[in-house]
Amino acid sequence: MTTTQLKNTHSNSDYGSYSLWREASYRLKKNTMAMLGFWTLLALFAIAACTPWLAPYAYENQNLALGASPPSAQHLLGTDIHGRDLLTRLMYGSRVSLLVGFAATAVSLVIGILWGTIAGYIGGRIDAVMMRIVDILYALPFMIFIILLMVVFGRSFLLLFLAIGLVEWLTMARIVRAQVLSVRKQEYIDAAIVTGLAHWQIIYRHVMPNILGPVIVYITLTIPSVILLESFLSFLGLGIQPPQSSWGVLISRGVESMEEYPWLLIFPGLTLSITLFSLNFLGDGLRDALDPRTAKN
Amino acid sequence: MLKFFAARLFQAIPVLFVVITATFFLVHSAPGGPFDAEKTLPAEVLDNLNARYNLDDPLYKQYLSYMGNLVQGDFGPSFRYSNRSVTEMILTGLPITFELALYAMLIALIIGVSAGIVASIKPNTAQDYIPMSLAMAGICMPSFLMGPLLVLIFGISLDWLPVSGWGYAPGDKILPAITLGTGYAAYIARLTRGGMIEVLGQDYIRTAKAKGLPTPTIIYRHALRGGLAPVLAFLGPAFAGLLAGSFVVETIFQIPGLGRFYVQAAFNRDYTMILGTTILLSTLIVVFNILSDILTVWLNPRLTLKD
Amino acid sequence: MSLLDVSALNIDFNTREGVINAVNSVSFTVDRGETLGIVGESGSGKTVCCNALMRLLPTPPAAIKGRAVFDGVDLLTSSESRLRSIRGRRIGMIFQDPMTALNPFMRIGQQIMEPLQLHYKTPKELARKKTLAILQEVGIDKPEQRLDCYAHELSGGMRQRVMIAMALITEPDLLIADEPTTALDVTTQAQILALLNELQQRRNIAMIFISHDLHVIKKIATRVLVLQKGCMVEQGRCAQVFAAPQHDYTKSLLDAIPKGKKPTRYRHEQPLAPNFLSITNASISFPAKPTPNLAVKDVSLSIARGEILGLVGESGCGKTSLAQSLVRLVDLEQGEIKLKNKSLTSLNEKQLRLARKDMQMIFQDPFASLNPRMSIFEIIAEPLKLHGLATTKRSLNEKVLALMCEVGLEANWAHQYPHQFSGGQRQRVAIARAIAVEPQLIIADEPVSALDVTIQAQILKLLLDLCWQYSISMIFISHDLAVVRYVADRIAVMQKGQIVELGNTEALLTNPQHSYTKTLLAARLS
Repeated sequence: MTTTQLKNTHSNSDYGSYSLWREASYRLKKNTMAMLGFWTLLALFAIAACTPWLAPYAYENQNLALGASPPSAQHLLGTDIHGRDLLTRLMYGSRVSLLVGFAATAVSLVIGILWGTIAGYIGGRIDAVMMRIVDILYALPFMIFIILLMVVFGRSFLLLFLAIGLVEWLTMARIVRAQVLSVRKQEYIDAAIVTGLAHWQIIYRHVMPNILGPVIVYITLTIPSVILLESFLSFLGLGIQPPQSSWGVLISRGVESMEEYPWLLIFPGLTLSITLFSLNFLGDGLRDALDPRTAKN
Repeated sequence: MLKFFAARLFQAIPVLFVVITATFFLVHSAPGGPFDAEKTLPAEVLDNLNARYNLDDPLYKQYLSYMGNLVQGDFGPSFRYSNRSVTEMILTGLPITFELALYAMLIALIIGVSAGIVASIKPNTAQDYIPMSLAMAGICMPSFLMGPLLVLIFGISLDWLPVSGWGYAPGDKILPAITLGTGYAAYIARLTRGGMIEVLGQDYIRTAKAKGLPTPTIIYRHALRGGLAPVLAFLGPAFAGLLAGSFVVETIFQIPGLGRFYVQAAFNRDYTMILGTTILLSTLIVVFNILSDILTVWLNPRLTLKD
Repeated sequence: MSLLDVSALNIDFNTREGVINAVNSVSFTVDRGETLGIVGESGSGKTVCCNALMRLLPTPPAAIKGRAVFDGVDLLTSSESRLRSIRGRRIGMIFQDPMTALNPFMRIGQQIMEPLQLHYKTPKELARKKTLAILQEVGIDKPEQRLDCYAHELSGGMRQRVMIAMALITEPDLLIADEPTTALDVTTQAQILALLNELQQRRNIAMIFISHDLHVIKKIATRVLVLQKGCMVEQGRCAQVFAAPQHDYTKSLLDAIPKGKKPTRYRHEQPLAPNFLSITNASISFPAKPTPNLAVKDVSLSIARGEILGLVGESGCGKTSLAQSLVRLVDLEQGEIKLKNKSLTSLNEKQLRLARKDMQMIFQDPFASLNPRMSIFEIIAEPLKLHGLATTKRSLNEKVLALMCEVGLEANWAHQYPHQFSGGQRQRVAIARAIAVEPQLIIADEPVSALDVTIQAQILKLLLDLCWQYSISMIFISHDLAVVRYVADRIAVMQKGQIVELGNTEALLTNPQHSYTKTLLAARLS
């Protein structure tokens, strides 16, 4: 067994300040692809947040006389058949898609982690009952329910991400529980109990840091799937409707006219792909950064 | 095994009951009725229509009579298509959707499992990166983009395959099945790769090598059963996803399946049709989840069937 | 010409940290009818060496140089198909852990006959017959019934017998056994060693036997090869090497084996204050169908302040359950535990957390008992902060560093993570964590059985020193009688959940009363 010594970059004697997070951020910064993903996402967020001030046109602005025009100096990404500026619509669309993606994932994260941790940590009969509930819900055709909800209660934005979040938490709960169960069996949890830590301290200090990796990877998979789910609903005519836009709306409209006006498909498609790839790289990078065992010296 | 299947199915009955009840009241509490679209209808005609379908009864009465009919296998008449019953429409739509989902599942399994195995044999080499990047692209590519793209390439530019319908012209089933299957193929490829890499690292694979077995035999006889466990567990949820995904594919390719009926029914507020489809799909998905569970247990001698 | 002639075998691993040399110019020969024992500590390259012979190492990252000529064929350069016709047909292999080395999804009969069907195209009926015969030969009774079993349905010893049957069914010329008894209980180990010895003699085959355990090697090998960090330090006839080792490393290996009695300087002259910890009528059971599984049955014990009690028994005898109940990791079904005459069993959650300050535990596997995402500093600081033993940042720093110094860890390692340390160093961290709260009782569950012998000796000395210095009472659990003899003042022998014998160490070992104690002592290799 070789003991590789970490380079002593912090020369002070205050060893306690070596927290997992500081180490992780240090390692993440060295991962080029992950940082590229991170900055891309940040830029997308910044643009989405500032869209009302940044957008070159108002989103409902139509110029029917202009019609669909290819990219030009006035309209950097061109216009659609109603003469609406694509860049503007894409920027407003980002607001919807990113918000739906992240908010719904946040909903599923909160419920899923709470549910999965409680079930996995307590175990026994409580675990059995809680996971049975998840199994049962899992077996339901949720897509059908979401469609139903959208039909019945109208195309409400809040409802959309609440509904999606309520579906996605099931998988999150399963993953978290499986992880908690395996961590729970480790001897260092027994060691923590013997030390005298209370259960919430054990969960917070010993369980959580050790389940983060898979959870983060799953988050980066959930966000794209939520964005796609919204697109799917928009395609069926049940999500966001024009003149409002989302990436899903733009892509599905772009598909209809991709032979005549390819830019209407290419730019929204490209934006979605870049986002998904950024998320993927950031997710993998974060997982590696949070695991001291994979540290490159 | 039959006993286990029956027990699980029995457990599913209360679940389905809740689903049916919830859907019933959800649909009926919606603002607007099935005949709203026909605004020109005079008041007495509307009353007549409502009376004919018992829509003027108190809700609980409608519920009870619906449940009563349901137990006898009658999903009631369609509100929208006055001369057809829901059972009839489901019977025409279901086989088509089922067939579509089955083909898509086959495509997904064949492509996904083989790509996953290829990638897992030499992880972190080109043999791994190329199929897995394609898989990532496949997951990211929504079917409503995939479908038209395939139509454009194989249907219009190359003119190899028909672009719509189901069973009207030879080969018209290929594009819809591929469109529906690719996303799942990509997902299954990732699951297979993960499962296989884990199994190939196990000691018993080393034992098999030490026996002198060639690589294909090792994979086929020793690794596959363990490596495909995550895929088996995914089959139930995948089937549910395929059924839901068929809505889009059926719309793109104009296939008269259940998914298209459902979307239309949802827009038309065709209560009985919505209810009927929901109940049927829920039951199917529940059954497939149980089958998926049984398969998982059956293939792993360390697990036993118990509830 | 020898059956297998290995010369100048060199194995490098290309890793992110650069090239690591695992085996450095190792040469040896093996002949029919003899057993070559390869001995070395973890990381000495002994397993890598044998996996390389069978080309079971993935290349890259491994880079293998040298020659290994088996009956005229160089195993390292022969074609893949040539190699496959040797693997499993002329060379058989047995691995350390039969649970993981057998395919859990395949019936054992199928697995055993697989090499026959592959190499000789033996028809099914004949293969079945041969399988039954060999199962009988390796000592499995009712072989017809076992054929259709899965690995998890057999006991550890049976599984290893199945592995042996599988390796021998093609009547190979060479058998490579990689730590085949390490995962087994002592009595089972003795049986498997006897079986291998007998089979090797009867079939007149060559055998390479790898082990970290000098006793095992001494028992089975004709010649022995000592490896240290990938280098061959000594080779010779077994009896000669053990009687008169030439190399310093071999000497230190032999010296490190705990021999003889507990050193007198750790022995208490005066009788100790009794009943420091007392256990009365303790029973523990785990829920199982159809009847609950009774792990500990009606056990009573008491320990004096500063005393070390050795608890011995085979796996599944309930010693770990008993130990865990003492620190309330599992709850007693019946009975009572008293520490300093205060009942531990009746404490509520909050009182218990405070009481834990007095009793700590050291676990077997130092790779599993440290949180991989906490630095060494955080691990040792946690109990200090929790029990308010260090209130300022400064005193915390000082105390952690002092503890690290006390267990022999260097101060500048504090910000490193557990995976960067070796097993022995990790166990030191675990010990530092345990003594941080100045406990009066330590439960040590097999604290040295995952460690190399030289490290084992150091850790034992550290534990003895600490217990002596702070008069800590310790319950020391082990399956290794030599270790227990070296450490313990008294020994309790457990079998099937009960204490069958309890007495002063020397008296119990020299004059065992219970039949089970006698069996254990008989299975001892030294």
